[in-house]
Amino acid sequence: MAKVVIPDHLLTLTGGEREVEVAAKNFRELLIALEARWPDSTVVLGKCAAAIDGQIYQDAFLEGLNPDSEVFFMQRIEGG
Amino acid sequence: MAEAVDYKVIGTSPVRPDGVDKVTGRAQYGADMNLPNMIYGKVLRSPHAHARIKSVDLSKALAMPGVYAAVSGADFPQAQHGEIGGEGGGDVADLAKNIMARDKVLYHGHAVAAVAARSVQLAEAALEAIDVSYEPLPPVLDLDAAMAVDATLLDENCFTKNLPEKPDKPSNIAAVMQLARGDVEAGFADADVIVEGEYRIPMAHQGYIEPHACTASVNEGGQATVWCCTQGHFEFRAMASKVLNMNIADLKFIASEIGGGFGGKTVLYLEPLAILLSQKSHRPVKMTMTREEVFRATGPTSGTHCKVKVGAKKDGTLTAATAWLAYEAGAFAGAPMGPGAMSIFAPYRLDNFHIEALDVLVNKPKVAAYRAPGAPQSMHAMECALDDLARELGMDPIDLRMKNAAEEGTQAPYGPKFPAIGFKACLEAAKQHPHYTRPIPEGAGRGVAAGFWFNVGMQSSAEVHINENGTVTVVEGNPDIGGSRASMCLMAAETLGVTYEQVRTLIGDTESTGFSNVTGGSRTTFATGMAVVQACEDIIAQCKARAAATWGVDEDQVEWEDGQAVPAPGVNADVKPLSLADIAANAARTGGPLLGRASLNAQGAGASFAVNIADVKVDRDTGKVDVLSYTAIQDAGKAIHPAYVEGQMQGGAAQGIGWALNEEYIFNTDGVMENAGFLDYRIPVASDLPMIDTQIIEVPNPSHPYGVRGVGETPIVAPLAVIANAVRAATGLRINDLPFSPPRVLEALDNA
Repeated sequence: MAKVVIPDHLLTLTGGEREVEVAAKNFRELLIALEARWPDSTVVLGKCAAAIDGQIYQDAFLEGLNPDSEVFFMQRIEGG
Repeated sequence: MAEAVDYKVIGTSPVRPDGVDKVTGRAQYGADMNLPNMIYGKVLRSPHAHARIKSVDLSKALAMPGVYAAVSGADFPQAQHGEIGGEGGGDVADLAKNIMARDKVLYHGHAVAAVAARSVQLAEAALEAIDVSYEPLPPVLDLDAAMAVDATLLDENCFTKNLPEKPDKPSNIAAVMQLARGDVEAGFADADVIVEGEYRIPMAHQGYIEPHACTASVNEGGQATVWCCTQGHFEFRAMASKVLNMNIADLKFIASEIGGGFGGKTVLYLEPLAILLSQKSHRPVKMTMTREEVFRATGPTSGTHCKVKVGAKKDGTLTAATAWLAYEAGAFAGAPMGPGAMSIFAPYRLDNFHIEALDVLVNKPKVAAYRAPGAPQSMHAMECALDDLARELGMDPIDLRMKNAAEEGTQAPYGPKFPAIGFKACLEAAKQHPHYTRPIPEGAGRGVAAGFWFNVGMQSSAEVHINENGTVTVVEGNPDIGGSRASMCLMAAETLGVTYEQVRTLIGDTESTGFSNVTGGSRTTFATGMAVVQACEDIIAQCKARAAATWGVDEDQVEWEDGQAVPAPGVNADVKPLSLADIAANAARTGGPLLGRASLNAQGAGASFAVNIADVKVDRDTGKVDVLSYTAIQDAGKAIHPAYVEGQMQGGAAQGIGWALNEEYIFNTDGVMENAGFLDYRIPVASDLPMIDTQIIEVPNPSHPYGVRGVGETPIVAPLAVIANAVRAATGLRINDLPFSPPRVLEALDNA
């Protein structure tokens, strides 16, 4: 089960749940599972960057997940 | 990832291929495009910082001989809310209303109308003939006052985002963001020493030398070609299509050379106006901002008000920290409070922290990205607090940072665990640096501070063409701001096994190469470089196949070594190695021209850390701060072109020192910027600065074939606190507000 962590400022999407465990083979399946758990959450989460096992993805979608993967949603980084 | 090997061309510093044209004046910048029948556009800007627009009458201007077109907000499509997309994000409707005001003007200098005429002088005269009726409103100029419950609202439909419960009243606070971990109260209870600080930094501009400029030409079929100075012509094309509701296929954007951007040229201002004026006039339209317009109407970075509190044990171990970070967004939401919040504690191991950040509307220009957007302001607060903490603890400030330094496996405040990073290597280098070990000059003070930036990857494309004689043409889509053509040439040469001189890199327009995100986010050498390397690997695979066909062996019996196809070890083939030139010369017989391609969304950008050291002297009679010596130490991952990496480090340090010492937007009570020119908005010049010494640390990024991390943004983060801490050391005074201009320093000295 991949561990998913929601940033504090988006806890309104999840009814205050900060961490959940999700069975998913890739990021796409993870988003589907989160949508089922928290309807409409992926509209916002889909616009976030995601750090999967320490690697930050600005546009994650097809990335694979391991049973012990850690996924952190975070604000997309812009730069100058 | 590539092992630490001795590269043949990577790590050398050849002359940039575009250098001769730039120093001889041949290079074409934004305002250099001239076309037959071209006319000139100018913008009418609001004299009020906050007002309703009651009416705009263009008729008198349009009646003037030699005036060919005029537009106002009514000529634009209805602004639709939606994601801009691309690197900077934001809302399309806000972008459109920033380009041309509709019902309200939200800052002094906000565009209200535009005209195109036979000459610049005539266009300026026509602006005076435009009749605009305003209903002035009170300007909201103070960051703290803007957040008050009873503050005048910039946008009656702005409801604070991300609150636990949806607010029932609008506010100038567009959004809040929180990050937290652990038990802050317990952490502070565990501390032996606690320091607190409150810091204000005013709005500051990137100060790029080249003003915004573009030329647009719309043909009778409605297809527009735009020449402009931009950090990203593909994203400009996308933004223009959304703002003007045009088919993206009808827009062609060609990036000129660029005289500095630093984030400020990721935003669209003039281009949609020039397109509209060209549509109406049926002539090419050139528009060039004056320096005053650049200051008044393009995005500077946020002014901020930050509070920080840090606790530590006697041995220096940090136990808890809190931060409250308020960022000015300017006229529309979108201050870089998120990166500011995520970066403030990033260099350190912290089990207990709480960060709150706010995005606040004020009647000032809409902010834009500026090198590591948001980080210099927040990290200035933390790095000053750490300096105070070191004093309280009697510790060396580098030792305090080393005691708490993040390393591989440390969980960053924004979530993930760091992969291999170079912060400790930077601290060790700083501690041993001759600048740090030599005595502090008499009467001077020494400061140190750390910097951090995430860096990003994003989308890039590249093609590699092998010419008939084996020379190489790389085509990619990122405007060259800091020497990226040279870096691409070096990576292509290294991968293919040819010399630097055999490779040339071109920047394609939006119709001649694949999509690339902006040159920004410290991404170009990392992401576009990755695309170039992959395109070269495509070429190598093709060359091996053609060599195999030529020799009558299997493809897996061919290897690529030093720019040649050679038989693999053990392969019994009595053949001569085939160089790139040999294979290119025979290309017609083996399948036609050699073209390698790659497009990708680069992942795995490596975070970059820096440590800077400065010695300053303060004139107690005038308050003037002189920087005696300055050293910037930064982890580049791998420096592809060391001289340009040093250039980024020196340039970022110079901008950061300027921000610390002099740069600030000064507004009067009506919201009019009073120093909209380089005489009064004082960026540092060569005589203001010592030679900035550099030391490049190389802890390779495991996600890049040559170990690259971005280097363009981290250099501006540390200098603010470095200067503040050095002034603290020189004077014994913690001056909390920047810049340290002579009047502010003198006032602090007088009040001490």
